[in-house]
Amino acid sequence: MDLPLWATGLIGFLIINAMLVSASVLVYAERKVSGYIQNRPGPNRVGPFGFLQPFADVVKLIMKEDIAPRAASPFIHSLAPVLMVIIAMTVPAVIPFARGFVIADLDVSVLVVLALTSVSVYGVTLAGWSSNSKYSLLGGLRSSAQMISYELSMGLAVVSVVLIAGSLSLVDIVEDQASGWAILGWNVIRNPVGAMLFIITAFAETNRAPFDLPEAEQELVGGYHTEYSGMKFGMFFLAEYVNFFIASFIIVTLFFGGYLIPFEPLFAHVFYDNGLGWLLGVLQFFALLAKTAFFAFLFIWVRWTLPRFKYNQLMTIGWKYLLPIGIVNALVIALGVAVFEALGL
Amino acid sequence: MVAQLLFFLLAIVAIAAALGMLIARNPVNSALWLVLNLFCIAGLYLTLNAQFIGIIQILVYAGAIMVLFLFVIMLLNLAELPRREDIDWKRGAAFILGMGVLAQLVYIVAMSFDVLPHPPAAQEAVATGSAQVLARALFTEYALPFEVIGLLLLVATIGAVMLAKRRFV
Repeated sequence: MDLPLWATGLIGFLIINAMLVSASVLVYAERKVSGYIQNRPGPNRVGPFGFLQPFADVVKLIMKEDIAPRAASPFIHSLAPVLMVIIAMTVPAVIPFARGFVIADLDVSVLVVLALTSVSVYGVTLAGWSSNSKYSLLGGLRSSAQMISYELSMGLAVVSVVLIAGSLSLVDIVEDQASGWAILGWNVIRNPVGAMLFIITAFAETNRAPFDLPEAEQELVGGYHTEYSGMKFGMFFLAEYVNFFIASFIIVTLFFGGYLIPFEPLFAHVFYDNGLGWLLGVLQFFALLAKTAFFAFLFIWVRWTLPRFKYNQLMTIGWKYLLPIGIVNALVIALGVAVFEALGL
Repeated sequence: MVAQLLFFLLAIVAIAAALGMLIARNPVNSALWLVLNLFCIAGLYLTLNAQFIGIIQILVYAGAIMVLFLFVIMLLNLAELPRREDIDWKRGAAFILGMGVLAQLVYIVAMSFDVLPHPPAAQEAVATGSAQVLARALFTEYALPFEVIGLLLLVATIGAVMLAKRRFV
């Protein structure tokens, strides 16, 4: 899609704002879902059904005094939360939202996603180090160890997807899933092990429970953001929610058909014949959003259901189970692709 | 024009970051300067249209290797070096200016003997920078060196595990 620069800028502006709003929606959803899971009503005082609760939270965070420890390294202490938000907000640039609607259609967009994921560990690590506090440092160390360990398995899960699609572009990967009856072309059907692997590692990479050791409240006070207050803490909070929303987008794009609607080829021509291609695009966007919402719900659901792993369990799962499974899965998928190509299917 | 401006911007920041890495007294700051330097190099690759190499640069160096460095630095909790008070600014400025003049002279001599490499045209870079072309070269023309490097890395990994276990007599 060749848009003029100003149009790309405008779309980017809209998407960044949509992400900010989505974070507040997710905060509300998390508090409400956790409430119902624990058999309590959740926030219900601010606005109808407590809808305005996240906005009240934001106002509170902005009004709070910004306190930094005297021994903290001032520049890095301020840089860390900004880094988290910037990286979280960069990923939507490569996500295809509907057919032909993606801000940056790169040949290597899958690698961009992986690169940004691996860089995002800096935010947590630097926050932990620069605070000059033992709880923060422990949180930062745990986070970098965890992310290094699970990145490999995540990379292998992505490799299996790339092998099937034969392309490093997210757009090609989504279009590759269009073949097959209804949802049979989706990568979750063709590559179920890879899908499970990716979902598990996505939980680990976003520091969500049961992989939330970097911010384990019971052991580390607040983990890497113990020494942050006011809007700097707010930015970590924002980045966490945007991150798992983005992770849901990536899960859907790689394994659950992205913006594809089941049975789309049966009725797509009706839209194109009547010159309503844009309406199909809107429907595809809503299909993507619906699938993403399910995975966002899954993230919340798991957080309030499963207890946290111990550190040794975390490392055992990452290195002794997920990594070998990932390697074998990538090999099997590669063999499968080779056999299918040889048979000319 | 824009490409040239970008090149000079990225090159200047890369050099400044490299200097910062050398000068920084705190190991974590030093590592962060190196990360900035790696990002600038990745940006330079992108201006050459080598998207694959640029992204891999960020993914492998900035994302994996430097995170590991930072992890080790933080784990060892290295102390900050004492700040040097006696920096001789005159000498520093003289060194930079002298190197600048030397670079210009070398450039002129090299120009006159026509030994400078000619930068590839952007079209050529597009052809050589894509993942497909790179993979074809790696798995056909350079298959043996590629496998040997793989073997070397495996040996290094096994060696690291051996050293970590410390059960050899």
